[in-house]
Amino acid sequence: MNDRSAEIVKFDNVGLRYGTDPEVLSNLSFTLYPGSFYFLTGASGAGKTSLLKLLYLAQRPSRGAIRMFGQDLMTMPRERLPDLRQRLGVVFQNFRLVPHLTAFDNVALPLRLAGAPEARVLKAVSDMLEWVGLAHRGHAIPATLSGGEQQRVAIARAVIARPRMLIADEPTGNVDPDMALKLLRLFEALNNRVGTTVVVATHDVHLLKKVPDSLIMRLNKGELSDPTGALRYPPRPAAGPAAGPEREL
Amino acid sequence: MSVPPLPEAPEEAPATTATTLTAKPPRAARLLPQPRMGGLIPWVIAILIALVVIAAAGGLALRNLAETARADLASAVTVQVIEPNPDLRDQRGQAAVAVLQGMDLVRSVRLVPQSELAALLEPWLGTAATSGDVPIPALIDVELVRRASPAEIAAIETALTAAVPDARVDAQGDWLRPVYRALAALQWLALGLIALIALATAAAVWLASRNSLAQHRETVEIIHLLGGTDRQITRTFLGTVLREAAFGAILGTAFGLGAVWLLGQQFAALDAGMTRGGGLAFRDWLVIAAVPLGGVLLALATARMTIALALRNML
Ligand SMILES: Nc1ncnc2c1ncn2[C@@H]1O[C@H](COP(=O)(O)OP(=O)(O)OP(=O)(O)O)[C@@H](O)[C@H]1O
Ligand SMILES: [Mg+2]
Repeated sequence: MNDRSAEIVKFDNVGLRYGTDPEVLSNLSFTLYPGSFYFLTGASGAGKTSLLKLLYLAQRPSRGAIRMFGQDLMTMPRERLPDLRQRLGVVFQNFRLVPHLTAFDNVALPLRLAGAPEARVLKAVSDMLEWVGLAHRGHAIPATLSGGEQQRVAIARAVIARPRMLIADEPTGNVDPDMALKLLRLFEALNNRVGTTVVVATHDVHLLKKVPDSLIMRLNKGELSDPTGALRYPPRPAAGPAAGPEREL
Repeated sequence: MSVPPLPEAPEEAPATTATTLTAKPPRAARLLPQPRMGGLIPWVIAILIALVVIAAAGGLALRNLAETARADLASAVTVQVIEPNPDLRDQRGQAAVAVLQGMDLVRSVRLVPQSELAALLEPWLGTAATSGDVPIPALIDVELVRRASPAEIAAIETALTAAVPDARVDAQGDWLRPVYRALAALQWLALGLIALIALATAAAVWLASRNSLAQHRETVEIIHLLGGTDRQITRTFLGTVLREAAFGAILGTAFGLGAVWLLGQQFAALDAGMTRGGGLAFRDWLVIAAVPLGGVLLALATARMTIALALRNML
């Protein structure tokens, strides 16, 4: 499965600047392989969210080239983007739940957008809300949910359609350690059972230790470093999450 | 903690979503909250539609009025024979009548009796009208079999003057030409008004659509990022536009028809020959019924274009 032709994402000398500001991401060249579990770390303002925005197609790079699922993003017309986006699951840093929709309908959104039959939507969303501990809050609208509850809705929405790549920006920032672990299990299950490539941006060092075979990418002022060989080929799992410079986090 | 409840993979190949979307639209109403275009737009549309209904009804009534009047008048001419000598005048009048009766285009001819003319003129001329001091021309009312063109009327005159040199032919329509011009101008005015109101409607819908999109920009972005298509987003917005425009159109039509009916009552009360023929035919009511339909279609087309342009600028 992990052969070069099956790469999920390939960045080639990518740079990103907002407006006329200096580049917030520079010289990014790396490849993400199917079925791998990546953590993206780095100080606040290092550019983690910016990199993830490129990954979840919310932003086009200012320079360089990106390929995703074997397709060239740089020349892709925007009519083709929805098809790619439907293969992604995204947990946004600020959740971005649709404010007028209930928790249930928010989680159901990716399935409904893809035209899933309502019976399947009902079953899948109910089970998922159960798992994230929100079965009783299905009818609540986001404004009436706590930060942690909103985060769990956002995660449920990201995984509900069994995406080929899951991109999560600080997905456990607002929940207690037990819930963080439980949510991580969800990501791992997706990774192990569905073969989803997972990219999780986080500040949480403890989290890094919880996923045995994870790879770590580190952003420092917009440039990527590779403490665990995540970006080498073939990708080598981190030799124990506590290894290397991650100790400093 | 058990195994996380990852939903079963869908039986259909997930890659076919693009085609399933076009074939079987998901329940769009549940994808997005029904965004409202802003509370005023149905009322604005109602007012504009009412104005168009009134303008259209007025324009059509004017057209009918003008056409009926023109048909009456253009199919008749008046012939005058100017001759101070009463005997000669009678003789020439008779001669003219004879010539006219021989024409194909002429249905009937009536030499207006001098007494009738005198009675007509008396209010202006007093006793002079009957005294014979003031020369009165012989007057012949000629009814034609159909409306005659100016060239045909000129031909009548040529043929007539060959026999009766002092004869003059007046198409009765000529007197009323300024009135026709005024009626025509009013019809153009009605059309112009309708065009302007259509423009105003489009502008109002354009503004409201942009406003509504801006208001729901975050939701639209989320839908995009979750793989929603422009088509799905547009459909949701157009659903709202349709509802609000239809509401406004129905209300506006009802109001406009009420106003037209009231005006009709006022004119009917005049009971003057002028308003005869100013009524609306079935065909006209069809045109008026098309007004709200056209309004809704215009609103939909405008909103669709506005949204398509705005979405194209998003990633
Ligand atoms: N939309 C934007 N316009 C202008 N500058 C931006 C924008 N988004 C981010 N930046 C800048 O880009 C840099 C990287 O921001 P980014 O959000 O990617 O950091 P981050 O690593 O996710 O930080 P955090 O851990 O705090 O979430 C920051 O200096 C930020 O101010
Ligand atoms: Mg961030």
